[in-house]
Amino acid sequence: MTRKKSFSDRLADWLPRLVMAPSLLVILVGVYLFIAWTGWISLSSSRMVPQYDFVGLEQYYRLWATPRWHTAVANLFIFSALFLAVTIGVGLVMAILLDQNIRAEGALRAVYLYPMALSFIVTGTAWKWILNPDLGIQKVVNGLGWESFVFNWITQPKFAIYTIVIAAVWQSSGFAMAIFLAGLRGIDNSVIKAAQIEGATLPRIYASIIVPMLRPAFLSVTVLLSYIAIKNFDLVLAMTNGGPGNATEVPSTFMFSATFRRNQMGVGAASAMMMLMTVAAIIIPYLYSELKESRDGQ
Amino acid sequence: MASEYGSAARSRMIGRAFIYGSLVLLAALYLMPLWVMITTSLKSLDEIYGGSFIGLPQAVTFEAWGKAWSQACIGTACTGLKPYFINSLMMVVPAVLLSTGIGALNGYVLTKWRFRGANLVFGLILFGCFLPFQAVLLPMAQVLGKLGLSGTIPGLVLVHTVYGICFTTLFFRNYFVTIPDELTKAAQIDGAGFFRIFFSIMLPAALPIMVVSCIWQFTQIWNDFLFGVSFTAGESSPVTVALNNVVNVTMGRKQYNVDMAAAMIAALPTLVVYVVAGRYFVRGLTAGAVKG
Repeated sequence: MTRKKSFSDRLADWLPRLVMAPSLLVILVGVYLFIAWTGWISLSSSRMVPQYDFVGLEQYYRLWATPRWHTAVANLFIFSALFLAVTIGVGLVMAILLDQNIRAEGALRAVYLYPMALSFIVTGTAWKWILNPDLGIQKVVNGLGWESFVFNWITQPKFAIYTIVIAAVWQSSGFAMAIFLAGLRGIDNSVIKAAQIEGATLPRIYASIIVPMLRPAFLSVTVLLSYIAIKNFDLVLAMTNGGPGNATEVPSTFMFSATFRRNQMGVGAASAMMMLMTVAAIIIPYLYSELKESRDGQ
Repeated sequence: MASEYGSAARSRMIGRAFIYGSLVLLAALYLMPLWVMITTSLKSLDEIYGGSFIGLPQAVTFEAWGKAWSQACIGTACTGLKPYFINSLMMVVPAVLLSTGIGALNGYVLTKWRFRGANLVFGLILFGCFLPFQAVLLPMAQVLGKLGLSGTIPGLVLVHTVYGICFTTLFFRNYFVTIPDELTKAAQIDGAGFFRIFFSIMLPAALPIMVVSCIWQFTQIWNDFLFGVSFTAGESSPVTVALNNVVNVTMGRKQYNVDMAAAMIAALPTLVVYVVAGRYFVRGLTAGAVKG
């Protein structure tokens, strides 16, 4: 009964897939094949150029025996924890304040968000200058009469990582604000009205009703900021270049210098795989739940 | 009764004052680095070393901007940022157009011509949005070398297009999902084919998301540093890499005014885009919270 399809009909059937094919191929190669390739290099004895032999997990052992890598991992934890906590806190406060029928809300929002449009290199350059102990903030405060004020963290191995947190929070808190604000706007106003009639004060309403309702926004912000934190490379390079010494080394700078500067390609690939696994452990469950939810919602 | 009412009004007033005060203070904090960058770039070096940091320049001079643009040294080449700025332009324009165009087609196929496995394909592409690029740097360097593209602008265009497709596909897919299928079905019954529907129905409807995609890609690619520093060297570098080199020169008396002018030059294109089309930029940002 079914008429045999003509060539042009069959072509029309396959056309969508044909259009999609090059992109899919490019992604399969550029993302997944390249990941496998990096994984392979991490199992080889590569130093200056890629070798395609097999030495098992030797590079991973070497990586975890490197004190510099331990510094990098510790810094990533310190940086991420502080960066997430402060950025989420500041972003949430800004969003709540902005949600109070503020005049000029658009202008204020634009001011909080503009750092997101800047390159981390620009941000780093600016903050390096601001935090310069000889000529920057410290000198301003000294000039105001507080002679003993010292703010030289950027030159102190113990404190330099915190200066990177400051700059990163400045750059990213507007982003957290934008997502929280979108979440707040999605909450039904009648909830607040009802609670107010019951006699609850505004801070109470926020703490016990509104903020818990922002759970999806918290999840998005946490995941996306974690990703920014792990990826953070340019900002460290521009502000401290991993220094003083290697006090502000993070996994991304470690990977870069091992691979391109110190001829330890195998170790660099191993560190890249560690970064990838960390990101995957956070992102894949998140994407899965987001996609599942949106399909259920349809 | 009346006094109770008055005190409630007063506490409300105090509350409002507190809210506005906090917001303005925060705004000042956020603007401070930009203020410092601009004022420092307009000061003479003597004034900077003389100790003025936060104040207005006593005598405005554009000397530092001129130096940053055409004389500052990047490595041994003292050409200023100008050639690198042009590199970035040559890189960003084709990469933005290519990745946005491809993303539009992908989003169209993934929503209106769903095939078996379309969800898996979308999932595979989506993960690419969150790829830590360190995991692909080495193979990419090898492949660019094999293609004869290492250290070239076309090489960077290729890299940015490949990894840009992930985000642009996400943008267009999430946008086209909201366009009713009846529209495309009806056009199909009228005899319109795959590309007819795309060009005469989908694209005209997709103008807002096209702007979002272009702005997002422009900002991302212009601001990229990792690919630039990994795959180019010397005179083929993009402006972010050149800026970092200018700032990290250690010879002689540090020219902070030139550093700040250089940073402003590198930041201006994305800042201008943000000022002109901030609304669309924010939409791109929040689309990262996948459901968009």
